[in-house]
Amino acid sequence: MKRVITTTVINQSGVLNRVTGLLMKRQFNIESITVGHTEQAGISKMTFVVHVEDQRKLEQLLKQLQKQIDVLKVNDITDKAIVTRELALIKVLSPPGVRSEITSIIEPFRATVIDMSKNVITVQVTGDPEKIEAFIDLLRPYGIKELTRTGATAFVRENQKAPAQQLSIL
Amino acid sequence: MSVNVKHQEAQMIGGELPKEKLQGSDVFIQSLQNEGVEMIFGYPGGAVLPIYDALYKNPIPHILARHEQGAIHAAEGYARVSGKTGVVIATSGPGATNLVTGIADAMMDSLPLVVFTGQVASAVIGTDAFQEADIVGITQPITKHNYQVKKVEDLPRIIHEAFHIASTGRPGPVLVDIPKNISNEVFTKSEIKVKDLNLPGYQPTTSPNFLQIQKVAQALQKAQKPLILAGAGILHGKASKEFVEFVEATGVPVTNTLLGLGTIPGDHPQFLGMAGMHGTYTANMAICEADLLINIGARFDDRLTGNLEHFAPNASVVHIDIDPAEIGKNVETAIPIVADAKEALQALQKLEIGQLSIDKWNKHLNEMKENYPLQYKRKSEKMLPQEVIELVHRHTKGDAVVTTDVGQHQMWAAQFYRFNDADNWVTSGGLGTMGFGFPAAIGAQMAKPDKTVVSFTGDGGFQMTLQELSLLQESQLPVKIIILNNQCLGMVRQWQQTFYEERYSESLLPSQPDFVKLAEAYDIEGYKVENYEDADKLFEKVFSSNRPALIDCRVEQMENVYPMVAPGKGLHEMIGVKG
Ligand SMILES: Cc1ncc(C[n+]2csc(CCOP(=O)(O)OP(=O)(O)O)c2C)c(N)n1
Repeated sequence: MKRVITTTVINQSGVLNRVTGLLMKRQFNIESITVGHTEQAGISKMTFVVHVEDQRKLEQLLKQLQKQIDVLKVNDITDKAIVTRELALIKVLSPPGVRSEITSIIEPFRATVIDMSKNVITVQVTGDPEKIEAFIDLLRPYGIKELTRTGATAFVRENQKAPAQQLSIL
Repeated sequence: MSVNVKHQEAQMIGGELPKEKLQGSDVFIQSLQNEGVEMIFGYPGGAVLPIYDALYKNPIPHILARHEQGAIHAAEGYARVSGKTGVVIATSGPGATNLVTGIADAMMDSLPLVVFTGQVASAVIGTDAFQEADIVGITQPITKHNYQVKKVEDLPRIIHEAFHIASTGRPGPVLVDIPKNISNEVFTKSEIKVKDLNLPGYQPTTSPNFLQIQKVAQALQKAQKPLILAGAGILHGKASKEFVEFVEATGVPVTNTLLGLGTIPGDHPQFLGMAGMHGTYTANMAICEADLLINIGARFDDRLTGNLEHFAPNASVVHIDIDPAEIGKNVETAIPIVADAKEALQALQKLEIGQLSIDKWNKHLNEMKENYPLQYKRKSEKMLPQEVIELVHRHTKGDAVVTTDVGQHQMWAAQFYRFNDADNWVTSGGLGTMGFGFPAAIGAQMAKPDKTVVSFTGDGGFQMTLQELSLLQESQLPVKIIILNNQCLGMVRQWQQTFYEERYSESLLPSQPDFVKLAEAYDIEGYKVENYEDADKLFEKVFSSNRPALIDCRVEQMENVYPMVAPGKGLHEMIGVKG
């Protein structure tokens, strides 16, 4: 199953290495990872999207992360009401003949054209990873020359409907 | 050095002469003194020259091993037996990488160590400088935590944190990498002593949740076949006394993990013997039959559980551990308790559970114990390794500190020495490190100079760290080295016999040094014995002497460790059970 996990970490040198090394050592499969500063100086937040086999593996992952000395907080936010955002940059082949067709795809996704040359345009799109997935699928037939994605970052929404699931450990 | 001079000049220009200019290396020594360090195990080299120079001026006893691996295993033996944190120093590059096995060993067996490595100067880190190795990167997955010092002013704080992290919660090794320039720089703060700790991400839970403890009491009262599995968490929590009190107050039978041996005396009537791959039949069957299994401070290692599908199939599991990540990792747990073993046992004792009505269960287990004891039978003139261990037990009145290496002799020591105290048992469990036992014995003897210390070792493993004979000779500690010499890598040979149709690929050691002459070369008494009667006589002499000695005991080559749970099998499928 796919899980979205956030960790708050002390911004020491090596902390990213430590966390990804841990995931590797324990054989977890990371789909994406993002890191950045938070509103507090010296504190960073990491967001991972990982694939885990079952509940027990997930619990292991959260506890092993929590055990790291530089990790302050670990949250599995998958089952909460969350906002997830990712940014992708895509270079698409767009000879003059198809350019307007491509533009018509871009609009509903609220993507923007940020660079243009004779036969290629560069598009920037933000949104949750599924939206980006869908957007890429639509552009693919035109010929994607280059693609880069940032990986997801996420927040828990202020208003939560139901209480989230608890771990078995008190 | 130029940095140093500039600093001094700067301070002179400022008009005020500093009272005493301390360098990083002085701050290092003082910080260790502030932590109460009584000895250091180490080996010098270029990147730690400033530290060794400071040590020369302001000494803390330093034990010079003859290989960094010897130093760190000695520190592990010291830590294990003293309950204090072992301290190791090595130089950068090869000095640091020679420590890797010991660090991994301490991590697996939760031993508190603080390991200091020198590093090339900050300015050249990352340039493949002479004797540079990324030891922080290398040891990241095998340390509880590690640091590289970036500023000399951080040194006291980092050292204080390192000792705190290594020795609290679930103990483990912490590495501190110190670039050479940091050791030379002038310390500009006025205070070295660190007053408080600021580790918001490290707050180990030690007090048990009371509701969970009540649940355990209720489960015990309902259980017909309760069993306690006692692990090394009990000895790390210094809770053996509370543990035995609890066990006696309730009448619950007990089994041990390899590392938990001694937390209950080996001849205690409620003790069923060690469980696991080479555990007793009774202990393993008790796990299979139990309806309530209380694990205190063990991590359900695969050598203990055998095939997890068949592990404790009838039991509801209680797991008390200071490390939450161990709970539920391998075995599903009905009642998880994150706590220090001592605090959990004290909380349980307060509930005054009283003697349980489990006479039928205990009677059943006692019958099994009688019908399926650990046993061995001599088939020729050659003495058996098990006999040697029992003989040593007799000559040391069962009260020696015993260290082992890894292999058959380790399992026989675990089975036959019947430990009366957890601090009398030093072995490499999790990593199974050959070469561990002999240096660990030296460290153990340093921690307890008045105790008899015996190092049981194989003829294979002894050759991995035998250079420490030099350290032994120099320190004149009365460690007795007992080589159970079967002229082969016994445990490997046994597996090849059992699972590879006797194809003894690279496991026989027909060509060996003359161990007696080897000892003599180091000016240590060396003996060779080939039969039981001679061994008996020799031990009489050796164990009444306070000099070190090496005894090459020639034992039967083809003897195997039984009973055994074959890899992949369940605990109920033991082979070699003699009834
Ligand atoms: C450093 C290391 N290398 C290899 C092994 C694999 N191994 C486990 S037991 C064993 C044989 C040990 O032989 P010996 O020291 O003679 O002891 P015995 O089993 O004969 O008692 C070996 C090679 C190990 N545990 N550690």
